[in-house]
Order: sequence, then structure tokens, then C-alpha cells
Amino acid sequence: MAEKICLEDIQKSQQEAGDTWIKVGMATCGIAAGADKVYKAVLKEVESNGLNIPVMITGCIGSCYAEPLVEVKTSEGQFMYTGVDEAMVSDIVGKHVATGKSLPSGVPSDSFNEGQMRIAMRHCGIVDPESIDSYIGNDGYAALRKHLTEGTPEGVIEEMKKSGLRGRGGAGFPTFMKWTFASKSKSDEKYIICNADEGDPGAYMDRSILEGDPHAVVEGMILGGYAIGATKGFFYVRAEYPLAIRRLQKAIDACKKYGILGENIFGSSFSFDIEIRLGAGAFVCGEETALIASLEGKRGTPRPRPPFPTDKGAFEKPSVINNVETLANVSAILFKGGDWYGSIGVGKSTGTKVFAVTGKVKHSGLVEIPMGTTIRDVVFKICGGIAKEKKILAVQTGGPSGGVITEQYLDTPISYESLAELGSIMGSGGMIVMDEDDCIVDIAKFYLGFCVDESCGKCSPCRIGGKKMLGLLEKISEGKGELGDLDKLKQICHAMQKASLCGLGQTAPNPIVSTLRYFEHEYKAHITEHKCRAGVCQKLLKYLVVEDKCKRCGICQKICPADAIEGDRKSGFTVIQDKCIKCGSCLDSCKFDAIVKK
Amino acid sequence: MSEDARIEEVAAKWKDVPGSLIMALHEVQEKLGYVPRETAMELAKEMHVPLARIYEVLTFYSFFKLTPPGKHKVQVCLGTACYLKGAAKLVEELKDQLKINEGETTEDGMFELELVRCVGCCGLAPVVVIGEKVYGNVEPAEIASILSEYEK
Ligand SMILES: Cc1cc2nc3c(=O)[nH]c(=O)nc-3n(C[C@H](O)[C@H](O)[C@H](O)COP(=O)(O)O)c2cc1C
Ligand code: FES
Repeated sequence: MAEKICLEDIQKSQQEAGDTWIKVGMATCGIAAGADKVYKAVLKEVESNGLNIPVMITGCIGSCYAEPLVEVKTSEGQFMYTGVDEAMVSDIVGKHVATGKSLPSGVPSDSFNEGQMRIAMRHCGIVDPESIDSYIGNDGYAALRKHLTEGTPEGVIEEMKKSGLRGRGGAGFPTFMKWTFASKSKSDEKYIICNADEGDPGAYMDRSILEGDPHAVVEGMILGGYAIGATKGFFYVRAEYPLAIRRLQKAIDACKKYGILGENIFGSSFSFDIEIRLGAGAFVCGEETALIASLEGKRGTPRPRPPFPTDKGAFEKPSVINNVETLANVSAILFKGGDWYGSIGVGKSTGTKVFAVTGKVKHSGLVEIPMGTTIRDVVFKICGGIAKEKKILAVQTGGPSGGVITEQYLDTPISYESLAELGSIMGSGGMIVMDEDDCIVDIAKFYLGFCVDESCGKCSPCRIGGKKMLGLLEKISEGKGELGDLDKLKQICHAMQKASLCGLGQTAPNPIVSTLRYFEHEYKAHITEHKCRAGVCQKLLKYLVVEDKCKRCGICQKICPADAIEGDRKSGFTVIQDKCIKCGSCLDSCKFDAIVKK
Repeated sequence: MSEDARIEEVAAKWKDVPGSLIMALHEVQEKLGYVPRETAMELAKEMHVPLARIYEVLTFYSFFKLTPPGKHKVQVCLGTACYLKGAAKLVEELKDQLKINEGETTEDGMFELELVRCVGCCGLAPVVVIGEKVYGNVEPAEIASILSEYEK
């Protein structure tokens, strides 16, 4: 039996929890960097200093490069410590917390979000994701109660329409429209499904939100369920995210205990339940119809649309599928109002978007910015620019379905439209920064290889086209390409885009189309000059001994596993290209920089 | 508890939940580390689904294993962020040290090498996961010492 709860009482008790606390970031990334040891050390220090203050765990604030993170609040303000290890804990607790004066290494917490605006990630790093009370203490479930007790489903959809929110899972379809279709479908049962399959390799905002603030997504789902008249919700989560699954299950259980899930929620006539279903390692299951098949316990292969899921979805019932970040925005929108959200952003791209900025940037991590921020600001202002003082080559957005954006377009304000114009897409928010050491042909091959691996094989354009293109790219990267191959690539791209059954095959050519658009010269250099500018394509590499620098020590000859270095200490050494296996051992072993790769 | 009893338990839990075959298989794999053929047959009987349906699912999803896993599962991330930061070199190093290819298990059954696509820690790329422990910013030179944490 659910407890009777009063949101205000919980809020009050949370606020009374005090002005001094310690928080340790404990998302997968934090734990990987050693946060669990730090957390234990903090607990120990707090006890041995005889302090009576709360030590909380939180999710990821997004500054993954600086993990483990410990945040301290005293009357002086909030300070963040980065790269914390066990040794630092005794000072943080013994000095800062005990005396109330921050250490020189502490950074004011506000500075971490400069240039950003947190809506979907509003609580990440702030609430304890394993405590429903912590969420309620931060205005959680107030919007749900208000709409269930004072509003109507139509009212919820109206608010969503004002907000202009578009799906954050990739396609950018207006959320209110999807909900309107589903609400008009007549059926005894309807479902709302959260797509937490996060397949784009290189994007992890959905994991972070689920690990850092699962209740925000759960609240968004219940509101969506109410709007469309759903009886039940499903979370379809990647099995590769065990911590997210655990925290989500805990959140659902807590809601059931508080009567926020179950019969007659908040005394209204609305009843709703949520179940978690796991994926099993198939990228294509992020596609709506494949996801539905998988949710039903079958092979995750797509089917043609229509019928659209809002008419015939899971178990043949009308179903809405929304992304994690979309639902986390929903609960914020219905708390603060659609007009508020709609006033942020540019044109038809309202609100904020979370990006996982990785690759060759100094500060990789999650960044949430208002739409309209320029790509340059994200990469150079927020993420500190390119690491190791290298030159930027391009920024890739949209993962395996996206494209590259070159330096001259970095001042483009980010929106669904502007990215599409540049031949890329918003996608789910992967933003991979590449520098001069990266080879564009290799990147294209990487993404295509991913799609070939993940093609379900049901339709032939995707199954055969992908393999053929991969063959051509391999040929080019080995220096065996012909100029005619570029036309062949373009033809296959076109056929796959037009004829594939689902989004996977339709978008798999995008990285190639886009890199051909901006970097055709690099493809050509591979083909005609047998040159890989970045020195990435192994088969095109040549290792050479630089006569002037060689001290004739002979180490390279000893180390070469292929006996490809001929000569002796008198006459000098040369690399026999036919024998060389391009392992690079000679280059690594030379103390005099006398071996170069070209 | 005997294996059969455990399978019965899984089947009883999921039998009446529509479309829950994948969930049941997850539970089996969590208990046994993989899905042996006898177990699949047992499950087919208990859950009243044809064996072909079970194999159809098992062979589609890369997460499910049909052979016994090594004691420690070594996963190298080959997602975009990790790939750009040199994960391919980590794979080479691991293959060299463990003397196995991807998807194989060492002769002593200690390590199994698996290549995965993004474990969601891209900020720490390149990433290696052993069991549930995540190693970030891994250099090829560190592989030996990481593996030694698990030897015997
Ligand atoms: C191959 C493929 C993979 C996809 N992967 C995901 C994913 O991992 N997560 C996601 O939310 N949407 C993914 N999508 C988009 C979904 O099909 C769908 O548009 C989205 O979940 C709808 O939610 P939204 O309207 O809130 O964005 C994928 C689409 C395709 C074609
Ligand atoms: S790409 Fe390796 S963790 Fe994401």
C-alpha cells in the first residue's frame, strides 16, 4: 500500500537539511575515475573529525575531464574540487569543511556552468539520484501534481505546443504533435515508451541524466502518459548501462511507495505504471519500430511505416516513443511553463540541447547550451579548445547518421535547421572534435563500419550497400583506390538513402556524403598520391630513416620484428619498404627522432 | 539451488508477462554467464515458446553469449571517442598480452576479450572495462599492470 505523502513536508525537511554539506559525483564516469574510494574516504574523515553534516552522492555535472569531483558547501558558498584523490580528502574535510574556509584548489561551483544553461540536466550533480525526497526537495513532482489535480490532458499538450520542444533522440519531431496523434488514437490501452537505448557511440547524455536525475525522466513520462491517456510506460534501456538501470528501478520503486505511480495518482482518476525492459546490444533497436519489436521480446528488426507507432505500436497498441532528454525537458517545461521554454533558443529550435563533447578537446564532457549558441563557443569557450595546441580539422555531429562541420562554419548558431543545411544533423547530441592528426577517410570508414556491423540485414540496400561502400573505402585507405570509386560511392550513398527500410540505412551514408562534400581532396590524395595527410592509414605510411639525425646506434634494427631495417653501424640504416609491417616499433625506439613516418 | 530450479524460477517470473523473453534471457545470462543449449531448451519448455524463437533472439543480440565466458571479461571500447584516442592500439596490446583474438577466451579461462561500442564514459576515452570496473585514459603501456590486478 502506498504511503500518503505531502510534497511540501518533504520539501521543508529537505531544506532544513542544512547549509553545510559535501557532495561526491558518483556517476559511471566518476566511479571510473575513483569516486567510490573518495566517497568512502570522505565518510571516514567526516566521522573522524566528529562532524555532523550530510555527505551526498550525486550524478555527473558533465565535467567528466575533471572527475572525481567533490563539492563542498559552507556559509562561504559552494566550491568544487577537481581530480580529487584519497590524499586530498583529509584537507577538504579537515580544513575546508571544519573551518568553513575554502582551500586554494577549490573552484567556485558556478564557474563550471559558464556559457551553459541547464534544463534537462538541471539536477545532475545537485540532487541525490537515489533519493526521491531529494528530487521532491528540488520542486520534483510538483508539476505532475498540479496537472493531475488541477489540469487536463489537453492542457498538458497545449503547454508542450507552446514550448516548441522537439524530440532530442535525433529526428527532432515536435513532441506535442506526437502526443496529439496518440491522444486521438482510440484504444483500450496505450503506452508511452522511453527510448534509453542511446546507441550513438560517443554520446552519453542519456546515461548521465538517468544516473544523475532519474526522477526527472520518470516525471516526464508520467506527464506524457497522462497527456495521451496511456495506461503504462516502458523504459527501454541499454543493458550496457547497469548503474542507470539500477537507479531508474530505485526511482520507480520509490514512486510506487509514495503513490506517485499506481492507482489514482495524487488522488486523481489517473492510474499509471512503469516497467523497465532491457536492450541487448543492437544499435538498430534505437529505431522506433525495431525498438518495439525488441520490447516485445523479438529480434529487433524494423518494419515499414505507416502504420506509425502512435496508431499501432507496442503490442499493436498506440504508443509514443520519446527520448530520455526529451522527457527530462518535459518535466521542466510543465513546471515552469511552455512559454518560458519557448522563449529560449532560436526560431523553430527552442530550449536547450545537451552535447557530449569528446575527441580532441581539452575539457571533454557534457555541455547543455541554449539553441543558437555557436559551435565555436561550445568547442573553444566552454570546452577549452583543442588539446595539445593542435589545429582543429572538423567537428562531427550526429554520430553515425551525421556529418562533419569544418572550421569555416564553426560560427554557425546551433539549430536543427542550421546543422541540416551544413549537411549534418543535430542527432542525439554527440559532438566529436577532430584535429589535424585525424584522417577524414578513416573517420568515414569508422562510422560506416559501425553501421555495417549494426545493420540488421533485413533490407538489401543497407545490407549490401553498406558492405560495398566499406570495401571501396578500405581500398582507398590502402592506396588501391581509383578516382571512379568516388562516383561509385556517391551512387551507392544515394541508393541507400532512398531505398533503405529504416533510418539506419537511410542515414548510414551521411558521414560519407558529408566528408566528400568538404574533404573530397583528402579522398583524392589517398587515391592519386597514395598519401594520408594525418598518417593514420597504415598501408600508406612509410617509415624512413633521417640520415642527418641518425646516430647509427642500431636499436631500430634490433627492435624491428620484421627484419625490415638493413645496414650496419658503419654505413647507416634504411627501411626496406617491402618488408616493413608498419608497426612503428622503430619510431618508438629511436631516441634521436631519426625515424619519421610519412 | 540446482540449475534447473533456477531456470524454473526465471520462467515462472516471466512466463505470463507479455513479450518478456529477452528479460528472461538476461536473467539466465546473469546467473550463468551465458546461455547454454540445455538451458535454452529447458526455458523453451517452461515458458512455452519454441526453441527456434529463443535462438532467433539469442543470435540477433550481441549481448547474449552461447559459450562460457572467461573469468574476467575485458572490454575495450571502440566507440568514436575512444577510437579517436587510440583504442585500436589498446586492442593490439591486449591481443598481444593475452594471446587471443577478440571474442576469444584465454586457455586458462581467466580472460575474455570483447570489443564494445561506447560504454558511456567518452569523457575518459580511451576506456577499458574489466568486469564492472572502468579504466579511463588508458595507455598501451598500462595494460600489463592493469591485467596483473586480476591474475590469480
Ligand atoms: C538507427 C537509429 C538509431 C536510433 N537510436 C536512438 C537512440 O539511441 N536513442 C533515441 O532516443 N533515439 C534514437 N533514434 C531515434 C528514434 O527512432 C526516435 O526518433 C526517438 O526515440 C523519438 O523520441 P524523441 O521524439 O523524443 O526524439 C534512432 C533512430 C534510428 C533510425
Ligand atoms: S566512445 Fe568509448 S566510452 Fe564512449
